Amino acid sequence: MERRTGGIASQLFGGLCSFWRRCMFGVLSAGRVPDHIAFIMDGNRRYAKKRNMAKGDGHKAGFSALLSMLRYCYELGVKYVTVYAFSIDNFKRQPEEVQSLMDLMQEKIEELLQQESIINEYGVRLHFIGNLQLLTEPVRAAVEKAMRATAHNDQRVLLLCVAYTSRDEIVRAIQESWRGKGKGIQASKEVKASNGVIARTDEGPNRNSIDILDQHSCKDYLNESKACSTNKGAKNAEGGDDQQGHNNCRETEIISCNGVIDICDGIRYKEGELPTIKLVDMEKQMDMSVAPDPDILIRTSGETRLSNFLLWQTSTCLLYAPTALWPEIGLRHLVWAVMSFQRHHSYLEKKRKQS
Amino acid sequence: MFLHRLPTPVENTLPPNISKAPLTYARSQKHPLFRRQFLPSFHGPRTVLLPSPNVAVVSGSSWRQPEPFPPELRPDLMPKHVAVIMDGNGRWAKMRGSPPWVGHEAGVESLKRLIHLCCSWGIKVLTVFAFSYDNWKRPKVELDFLLRLFERTIDTEIEAFASEGIRISVIGDTSKLPNSLQKMIHNAEERTKQNSTLQLIIAISYSGKYDVVQACKAIAGKIKDGVVEIEDINERLIEQELETNCTKFPNPDLMIRTSGELRVSNFLLWQLAYAELVFDPKLWPDFGKDQFLEALASFQQRQRRFGARH
Repeated sequence: MERRTGGIASQLFGGLCSFWRRCMFGVLSAGRVPDHIAFIMDGNRRYAKKRNMAKGDGHKAGFSALLSMLRYCYELGVKYVTVYAFSIDNFKRQPEEVQSLMDLMQEKIEELLQQESIINEYGVRLHFIGNLQLLTEPVRAAVEKAMRATAHNDQRVLLLCVAYTSRDEIVRAIQESWRGKGKGIQASKEVKASNGVIARTDEGPNRNSIDILDQHSCKDYLNESKACSTNKGAKNAEGGDDQQGHNNCRETEIISCNGVIDICDGIRYKEGELPTIKLVDMEKQMDMSVAPDPDILIRTSGETRLSNFLLWQTSTCLLYAPTALWPEIGLRHLVWAVMSFQRHHSYLEKKRKQS
Repeated sequence: MFLHRLPTPVENTLPPNISKAPLTYARSQKHPLFRRQFLPSFHGPRTVLLPSPNVAVVSGSSWRQPEPFPPELRPDLMPKHVAVIMDGNGRWAKMRGSPPWVGHEAGVESLKRLIHLCCSWGIKVLTVFAFSYDNWKRPKVELDFLLRLFERTIDTEIEAFASEGIRISVIGDTSKLPNSLQKMIHNAEERTKQNSTLQLIIAISYSGKYDVVQACKAIAGKIKDGVVEIEDINERLIEQELETNCTKFPNPDLMIRTSGELRVSNFLLWQLAYAELVFDPKLWPDFGKDQFLEALASFQQRQRRFGARH
């Protein structure tokens, strides 16, 4: 009898909390709701130490906090959520800790794919962002399976950065940009991978995965680029196409991308020269091109640094660093961040209109 | 109701010589709810509107008197490279009912104070975000003033910089600057290139994304010459081609942004990967020794793990 009463009380309490949360989100929704929030989930180990927990339990508590935060974000109407789950720098940790994190990742990915999980409740599509080749085979397989299983979801998006650093993302984007320029316009999407292996990349949910088709020793990139460059020209300042394209004179071209005006030198190149990589080329090849730039970046545990996370994408993003450790993050932190975003957003919009 | 002083209307005329314009007190125009700093997690004092203090101007004689090293800081934990986003000049002037160029002039004085402190306290590199690539969208009157201010400042301070061992480097797309300013920058860089007390890197017409794109162009040249292959492109190669390759310490340890804005605004995008960020609510002309000391103290207390276990 007491157990039933206790159960009813907790259900009632849960219902009240949920009602209060929906009211709060209703008020917040009167202003601009961010499209994309990114999280650096810092503080799991310190949380475990603080609570005298076993080493791995801090990360498990962190996963629970992640699920809560996802629920809050999706309820509020945030479409994209990005989390920094595992950095390439984290491979420097003790091998046992790295292995336990890999095991935890695999376990939680499978948990996320279960029928009753938040992924299915909100129709969340999963993207795993990073240098996935660095992951162990079972984890990579779980990652690819999760991306394929959720590819049809289109309500919300969860981007999990694993084996990721922003600089590594930029380097790979530059490499892919050149390979893309070199092959020219082709019907198939064959590209050369970095180790000279012919591969096919899929654009879409699995864009980070490479299916190896054949091994082929081919280093003749420059010859290919020569063939392609003779078909290309540079746009002049008025935006027209110049089909002559063999003079080696500099021109200035203004490209507007993501609201940032950039000047790229459109160099008309002679036959045999490499095409110029422009800002738009690189941004198309970024792993994070599947989502808009974040509106808010939240880093827990009070550390105010980016730690090589989304350096390219957070240039105009609001940064917020609550002192709470990641497993301690709660609704109040999200509400505070959104209110701050709304205040800064109105100021930024006013500045943009003034200019 | 508080007194609401309207700013001087800006017309398309040359600004008067207003370096001696009186600074008047004006209450904040923000709603009282938003006047206070309400993000307690960031370090820095709350914003308090006071009449502008009579700040000490760093003049020729005071360059020769270094600031004593503060006892609350540890010399072995000083950052080698400090980067600063000097934000808030316009708002500072607006709060005083003055046109924006008054704020920029006051900002120059604040910069000179900071340079003096960096020289005195052993910081090797100071990078300042003087003018973003996005700032070209500002009104022409303000742009003309800013460019003239850069010229005037370089012209008046070059002797002091040269004698104090300050090396000047300029990064950014300087091709849009007037020829006279480009020449002045080139001369200043040449004149001070042997100095080693402090390297002052001034980012003019700069954007972090532009920096990475121009590094790609430089690498393209190397690929074309057969010096490197596409597979050889790595982080180190890109760092070597970024504009901050003019210094031994290209990556800031500490980045300070004034005026309470909580974003990086396309500044040193690549280089800030592991920098400690400090956001101070003070507007740039009000940023002085106390605020810098607080930022440095905060930096020295932080545990920098770079992803590994501490």
